[in-house]
Amino acid sequence: MAAPLALRSAEHWFALYRRTFRMSLFTTVLNPVLFLAAMGIGLGSLVGSGTGQINGVSYLDFLAPGLLAFTAMQTATGESTWPVMGAIKWNREYLAMLATPLSVDDVLRGHLVFITARIAQACTIFVVVMMAFGAMPSRWGLMALPMAVLAGLAFATPCVAFAASRENDAGFAALQRFVITPLFLFSGTFFPISQLPPALRPIAWLTPQWHGVEGARQLCLGTATVAETAGHVAYLSVWVVAGYVIARRTFTSRLRP
Amino acid sequence: MPGEALIAARSLTKRFGSFTAVDGIDFEVAPGEAFGFLGPNGAGKSSTMKMIGCVSPPTSGSLTILSLDPVHDGSRIRGRLGVVPQEDNLDLELTVRENLLIYGRYFDLPRSVVRERADELLDFVQLSERANDKVDALSGGMKRRLTIARALINEPDIVLLDEPTTGLDPQARHVLWDRLYRLKQRGVTLVLTTHYMDEAEQLCDRLVVMDGGHIVAEGSPRQLIEAHTSREVLELRFGIDEHSVTADKLADLADRMEVLPDRILLSTPDGEAALAAVHQRGLVPESSLVRRSTLEDVFLRLTGRRLVD
Repeated sequence: MAAPLALRSAEHWFALYRRTFRMSLFTTVLNPVLFLAAMGIGLGSLVGSGTGQINGVSYLDFLAPGLLAFTAMQTATGESTWPVMGAIKWNREYLAMLATPLSVDDVLRGHLVFITARIAQACTIFVVVMMAFGAMPSRWGLMALPMAVLAGLAFATPCVAFAASRENDAGFAALQRFVITPLFLFSGTFFPISQLPPALRPIAWLTPQWHGVEGARQLCLGTATVAETAGHVAYLSVWVVAGYVIARRTFTSRLRP
Repeated sequence: MPGEALIAARSLTKRFGSFTAVDGIDFEVAPGEAFGFLGPNGAGKSSTMKMIGCVSPPTSGSLTILSLDPVHDGSRIRGRLGVVPQEDNLDLELTVRENLLIYGRYFDLPRSVVRERADELLDFVQLSERANDKVDALSGGMKRRLTIARALINEPDIVLLDEPTTGLDPQARHVLWDRLYRLKQRGVTLVLTTHYMDEAEQLCDRLVVMDGGHIVAEGSPRQLIEAHTSREVLELRFGIDEHSVTADKLADLADRMEVLPDRILLSTPDGEAALAAVHQRGLVPESSLVRRSTLEDVFLRLTGRRLVD
């Protein structure tokens, strides 16, 4: 009985997920296979004037860690926006929880436990598919998994805070369109940001996505240094913590009026 | 003996910005009692319930629940409350039984205990046969009953019901009242809000009438009727244009007269005698009805408004 109450509220989200588990698992496995096959192998064969290499690395090996980080970001934003709004306004699960001994912190942490588990699940499946494609040259690549989960969380906590401050879900589509998609395309997933105009590169450095992509890629390719990896971890952690602090404040004012 | 009250409020106030939802109310709820907050929408009933439910902190005044302070011991208090909110917040995607199992876990109850209680409670609210159906498929009345079962999973000392039968059809309301009455028989303290007179008369031992954030009257349904209105009401309908003219000729026949847009209400100890007197004066109403006074009449008397428009 010593388990924190937050885990009790996480049980709700796991129970809900069980109902859509099969369909979700199917897409979680299928997406990486399709992406790695089409982009990594298909498109990759055209890269580097047909050498299929980028900076001396096969395009598949270059791309796979970027897509891993993207998977984390996509799963995180999906799980941290609509479900949060629903739990406040539509199905009001948070309100049901808050009528019990659970505190606002328990409710927030419980949901984050589930979101973290979902990111970890999607990333683990992605890493397994990567290995099946032989797209992980270094054994350190396994450490890209926690790096990707951290990058996912760097989106999850700010998204939870954002979702909890909204009156309707109109902002979520805009978030996808104006934040997630540009980050997907321009944060080094498909090409190194050295290809960006110099003026835009600092913007990429500020995004958590670039740190996730770069951190995961360095580990997968075996080019990671302790200092650089620690830098990525630290920067992503700042986003996680800042998002959490704001989410906590938003939850309290919204749910304990 | 204030120490004996399960809930005690003194000058309890709730403000949202410049709007005062609850304006310095005092009340006490005794163990085993069914206590009601009666009033129209916006009277402050739900805000009061949220403060009692420890989900919304009081702005000022004092509130003690189960001898604890809701601001510091909210979690402990909530562990001993059962809450039936105004709007259902069941998990529509989960089954009836799963809803109880998950909710029971919020109280940190062991799974075996929750499972056992869930079966008992489904039996109590007559939903055993629907245990494995998704909640989405249930009728409004069934969802309400499930919400009540859910509120009982922790064997609460106090059950809070915010407008328990709003939006239900008459049959579903009676089934629900029956279950709540059984709970009361078991000694569970009920605190409810309603804007239905019949519900208050059916369920409440004692109630307060709220209007505009204030308590305007307090007592048992009978006491309130005796104190604020005569025993019977004679309802008369005349042609629409005749109302104001006719009303002048009737005023002295009643202890109190209300002229509503569609009818005239005369409060009187003897409705039949008053009706005979109306006829004697040569007035012929299109229709007439003699009935017992209800809390609706009390409310009309106290606030000059009807409860549900």
